[in-house]
Amino acid sequence: MLIPPETQQCPARRRWLVGALAAGALHTAARAQFRVEISGVGATQLPVGVAKFREEDKSGQSISGIVRADLERSGVFRIVDSSGDFDETSRPNYTEWRGRGADALVAGSAARLADGRFDVRYKLWDVVKGSDLGGQALAVLAADLRLAAHRIADAVYEKLTGDKGVFSTRIAYVTRVANRYTLRITDADGEGGQVALNSTQPIISPAWSPDGRSLAYVSFESGKAVVWAQDVATGDRRAIANFRGSNSAPAWSPDGGTLAVTLSRDGISQIYLMDPSGGNLRRITQSSAIDTEPTFTPDGKTIYFVSDRGGSPQIYRVPTAGGNPERVTFSGGYNISPALSPDGRTMAYINRNGNEFKVMTLDLNGGALRSVSDTVDDESPSFAPNGKLIIYATRSQGRDVLMTTTLDGRIRTRLLASGVDVREPIWGPFGR
Amino acid sequence: MNHFRTSLCAALICAGLAGCGSSVKLDDAAPVVDAKPTPAGGAGAGAKGGASTAQSAVTTVDASKIDPTAAGNLGRVVYFDFDSYVLKDEFRPLIEGYARVLSASKSKKMVIEGHTDERGGREYNLALGQRRAEAVAKSLVLLGASDSQIEAVSFGKERPAVDGHDEAAWAKNRRAELKDR
Repeated sequence: MLIPPETQQCPARRRWLVGALAAGALHTAARAQFRVEISGVGATQLPVGVAKFREEDKSGQSISGIVRADLERSGVFRIVDSSGDFDETSRPNYTEWRGRGADALVAGSAARLADGRFDVRYKLWDVVKGSDLGGQALAVLAADLRLAAHRIADAVYEKLTGDKGVFSTRIAYVTRVANRYTLRITDADGEGGQVALNSTQPIISPAWSPDGRSLAYVSFESGKAVVWAQDVATGDRRAIANFRGSNSAPAWSPDGGTLAVTLSRDGISQIYLMDPSGGNLRRITQSSAIDTEPTFTPDGKTIYFVSDRGGSPQIYRVPTAGGNPERVTFSGGYNISPALSPDGRTMAYINRNGNEFKVMTLDLNGGALRSVSDTVDDESPSFAPNGKLIIYATRSQGRDVLMTTTLDGRIRTRLLASGVDVREPIWGPFGR
Repeated sequence: MNHFRTSLCAALICAGLAGCGSSVKLDDAAPVVDAKPTPAGGAGAGAKGGASTAQSAVTTVDASKIDPTAAGNLGRVVYFDFDSYVLKDEFRPLIEGYARVLSASKSKKMVIEGHTDERGGREYNLALGQRRAEAVAKSLVLLGASDSQIEAVSFGKERPAVDGHDEAAWAKNRRAELKDR
């Protein structure tokens, strides 16, 4: 999430406080379905004021509170006191705001429209430079007020850091309580959770379609592993791979036109491509070993996967059009679960060392290898769509929990849900 | 009055359900069914079961699925080493026994479920469990069973036989289970 200060282009970032808080500081930001704990902060944090939105009390959502929590949880911002009456039409007294220690200020309103919707407006100012950085008006249904607040946080984040925000994206994951398995979808802040599927049998490997409308996943509800695809909004679902043996590890191509799956129909787990409707099946790996966990590169031309053809599980890649697989990981005897960053430059994966399973990142151009977690039971890494965060599953205090980390491992958040095991996270795309 | 009637009905339905609810599941560890003859009908029959056993209740026991050749002594579980799908010699008699059963009775079908311990990724473990199940299935076919009689599937690490986070638990979870269909 952090860019080194010398690469900043935005003037508002000149006065970022250096080392404002000691790394390792722990505090709680948001509660509800998840408790989010942040540990560590960036070397620099931008102080920003977010005034209470005019009429937000009547809307039923604390819009400014959601914006503040989003910005603070990113680790890149520090929230400063912003009491007082302001909205997007105000002319802030820059000297006064500089006195409060703010570099930037957000204010807005949420007026109820005649048709019942809300007209959510905001404006962002660079207090240091004394300039107006623009704003936006969003007319939304009451049910989308949270989304509107996340969109404002995204816009502020992008204006001030130069990177797209992921606050308005969604995350899918699986919870387990005794023998109840639930596939859930939540806002990226862990709130507003909704259930996509309930089952008494395990659910694993959810995968978002690139348009964010469908989830493919593996359900054991019929007594074995079958790949399903489900329309998130309507709940319509169908079994798209239900062959003899096990069917698993669905991955969407970037254009949404193809699914890669692992099937054991020909006697051993191999990787196949198919249409999302279930037709046009063709096998793309030909080995006498385990081949599984396919994932497409962002350009769709290559598939990364796991194979034990060399005697231990390692990550390989093969052209989607067919060709000879090439080994990618060489360090360690157990490397699985590849995930590629949206720019295709970084691969996150799980490395086993003794009894420790840890998220690693590998620079696919330069070859630099980095451990980014401080836990030892890590699974299922996936990138946020802006490429700045990785979400993964791990164990903490006897529970399955979810963590997010920046790519440099400096800022981590732990998503805690009390009394529930949480696993199999997958970050959804932009564009909800 | 209405209230009373509703709850009386509910009580009767409950009693009826309880009386019919005892099904007998058949597998190797089949519960021992007490074979003592019970007095046929009569006023005294209700004394032991009390109100929960309807006097006309009949519990069906299906003996047609009991296979005299397979039942009992072969065992149903094959264990594996860590990250391995090599069949150990000690399980040869078990595999040979089921191969004989299957080749003698071509209408018999079995499912082989592969499992792993909790360590590592869910998908790799699913594939590893599949490999274990396939290893058992392949041996059965080599020894005379036909391919169409068996399906190898995997639950990976999703269904441990034993809870626990040590080698003793892990060793019991790295397994393939042979089940009748």
